[in-house]
Amino acid sequence: MAAMRHGKYRFLAGAILPGLLLYAVFVLSPYAQAFYLSLTDWTGVSGEAHFVGLDNFRRLLDDRLFLSALRNNGLMLLVVPLATILLGLLLAALVNFGGRRGSTALAGIRGGEFYKIAYFFPQLLSLPIVAVLWQFVYHPNEGLLNGFLRAVGLDALAHAWLGDPALALWAVMAVLVWSSVGFYMVLFSAAMESIPRDVLEAAVLDGAGRLATLRRIIVPLLWDNVQVAFVYLGVLALDGFAVVQVMTAGPGGPDGATEVIGLGLYRSAFTYGKFGYAAAMGVTLFFLTLAFAVIALRASRRERVELS
Amino acid sequence: MDPSSTPVVRRPNRRTVLQAAAIGLAAPALTGCVTSSGDESPSADNKGPTSADNPLGAPDKAPLEVVIFKGGYGDEYAINAETLYQQRFPSSTVDHKGIQKVGEALQPRFVADTPPDVVDNTGAGRLDLATLVAAKKLTDLTELLDAPSLHDPARKVRDTLLPGVIEDGTLDGKVYALNFTYTTWGLWYSKPLFDRHGWTYPTTWEGMLALCAEIKKAGIAPWTYQGKYPEYLNDPLLAMAAKAGGPDLVKAVDNLQPGAWKQQPLLDAATAVAELAGRGYLLSGSEALSHTEAQAAWSQGKAAIIPCGSWLEAEQKGVTPDGFDMVMAAVPTLGAGDKLPYGALQAASSESFLVPAKAKNPRGGLEFLRILFSQPAARRFAELNSTLPSVAGATDGLTVSTGLGSVRSAVQAAGANTFTYRFRTWYAPLAKAVDDATGELATRRVTPSQWADRIQQAADALARDTTVAKYSR
Repeated sequence: MAAMRHGKYRFLAGAILPGLLLYAVFVLSPYAQAFYLSLTDWTGVSGEAHFVGLDNFRRLLDDRLFLSALRNNGLMLLVVPLATILLGLLLAALVNFGGRRGSTALAGIRGGEFYKIAYFFPQLLSLPIVAVLWQFVYHPNEGLLNGFLRAVGLDALAHAWLGDPALALWAVMAVLVWSSVGFYMVLFSAAMESIPRDVLEAAVLDGAGRLATLRRIIVPLLWDNVQVAFVYLGVLALDGFAVVQVMTAGPGGPDGATEVIGLGLYRSAFTYGKFGYAAAMGVTLFFLTLAFAVIALRASRRERVELS
Repeated sequence: MDPSSTPVVRRPNRRTVLQAAAIGLAAPALTGCVTSSGDESPSADNKGPTSADNPLGAPDKAPLEVVIFKGGYGDEYAINAETLYQQRFPSSTVDHKGIQKVGEALQPRFVADTPPDVVDNTGAGRLDLATLVAAKKLTDLTELLDAPSLHDPARKVRDTLLPGVIEDGTLDGKVYALNFTYTTWGLWYSKPLFDRHGWTYPTTWEGMLALCAEIKKAGIAPWTYQGKYPEYLNDPLLAMAAKAGGPDLVKAVDNLQPGAWKQQPLLDAATAVAELAGRGYLLSGSEALSHTEAQAAWSQGKAAIIPCGSWLEAEQKGVTPDGFDMVMAAVPTLGAGDKLPYGALQAASSESFLVPAKAKNPRGGLEFLRILFSQPAARRFAELNSTLPSVAGATDGLTVSTGLGSVRSAVQAAGANTFTYRFRTWYAPLAKAVDDATGELATRRVTPSQWADRIQQAADALARDTTVAKYSR
């Protein structure tokens, strides 16, 4: 018996260790090196790197573009997860409970499966493709969006969406929301399907309206999913590199209006040859993401609602 | 402005973006070798016997590795030169690589001191020249420049190049890069369109404003520009300032002199550009257009004039309607009292060729460049790409398109009156500050004096920054 157990551990170790090793070499050690590099002035081509202490981080505080990147990522962190989750919940609820069968039972609307697939579709496209498509939509003269506004007589609302510092970041955030909302709708939908019908029917019989049912019963039962979605979307919002790089002026937007940390990092490393400085940005981003994840999980912790 | 802003450079496609994203993740991994090397022992020079026919002493048997940026110009011209190399050194082998991301592929090899023998360091992912020089990674090309030219042994290689080419590759008084293509910047229009309306291209800014009024009356937007990349609009602005202020103005700007950006000609040129916007002479929405979108609008006749470099014709090949017959003209002068004539041209070479210091066969690398920069190889390039090579007279007698023809005549008309700003390659962060400011100027969110103020601030900050290597001219 003991020998068998011993054998089992050896087998498990044999199975896990190679993975751990790969993880250490390709994930942990680059991080560790990035931490070290952020304290040097490495240029990316020379074999030499001088230790400069916290100088790179001090310079970050004076870097106008980096500060606007922080501000922009901060705004994205507020808007993107919130908008995506709310929309995702709403769409999922509509698809699952939007219709009504008989007098009491809540039911999915007709063609619900089709909507799920249609909304999920953007998820199948890689983000750069999504960005390129939306660049066409936002085209100031021939774009769909302005074309639509002009067609319905709202000429005054037509804008150079990506060329206006007041709008560019919002236009980018809309794309991020659009591209991810389908995934979360499907995720929430799947969770909603596991909610027992009798609970919902009981609520309806007790006279709860749809909104109340959604707010008081469905969302609490979905809370774990919402929490995970919030963390994932937060990480997405802290990045934003691909969309900004493809879509906006500069790139980085008119006068840095859509500058994000990832973009500044890329520019510092590969355009300016300042890998040390770029590593400092990367380290900052790492801690921001970590802090966000911790806070998000802590702050949103609440009593688990379970169906017995 | 950036000499390496060749057509392919700014077109982000899915691949470049994905790669960019991947680099973001991989950057720390690349740094694994940062501490591995550092000894500066010189590589064996591997020099063969020199002769009149082989003045650089390229070894006959040594293999040669050539890495070419395969962008808008492809790499057939380089393969052609490699064939010529092999004919001259039959027992050598040439290893050719045509790639798109030069920096990504070669950065680890430079760090590990195992670079190829010749590098065409071009494209969005190129390595920063100043950084390479500061790290002592490049061979001084003086010997090549003083060697006799391949097609005319009576002249040295340096005497066969167009004006400015050697200066473009000079850093700290030494030549480290030789640029193969010659780019000029100006304003483009369709000749038949102008003929049809009886418009004449003006040589002064006053004339330009008068013409714009006429064009607008005809129902066409006078100008458009590549708003997503405001540097395109910088070019006419800075060219007008350079003509008005002369070489001293350009030098003051490049040398980060205090107050350089507040010189009157720069303010006047900024005012001129702001006026285009103020009078509604810019195609509306231009500020949000990418270079391809703006250029397409221009090719479709929605705007009459667009600023761009001489690569425009090649870049627009697929989307220009027949009979559009585009031509490039020099930027108009601001007024009387200009230090340079109307014909003066902003010109610079690009497609930058290097011989790494730690190359295994540096002699072969130099000899390859001697072949590439000879008239037959350069002429072949011009035939393949409708682009002016930096070898003087390489297109003489060739029948060329209207665009390339206009560029060629502009270069001839300019003679020695060419100029170029270097701050863009020396100080990339300053270039970004200028781009951002000009973008704001063209949308009238800043005034010309605010434009000058904010650029001056960026330049002053850069001048104070002790971590940035400074250059002067």
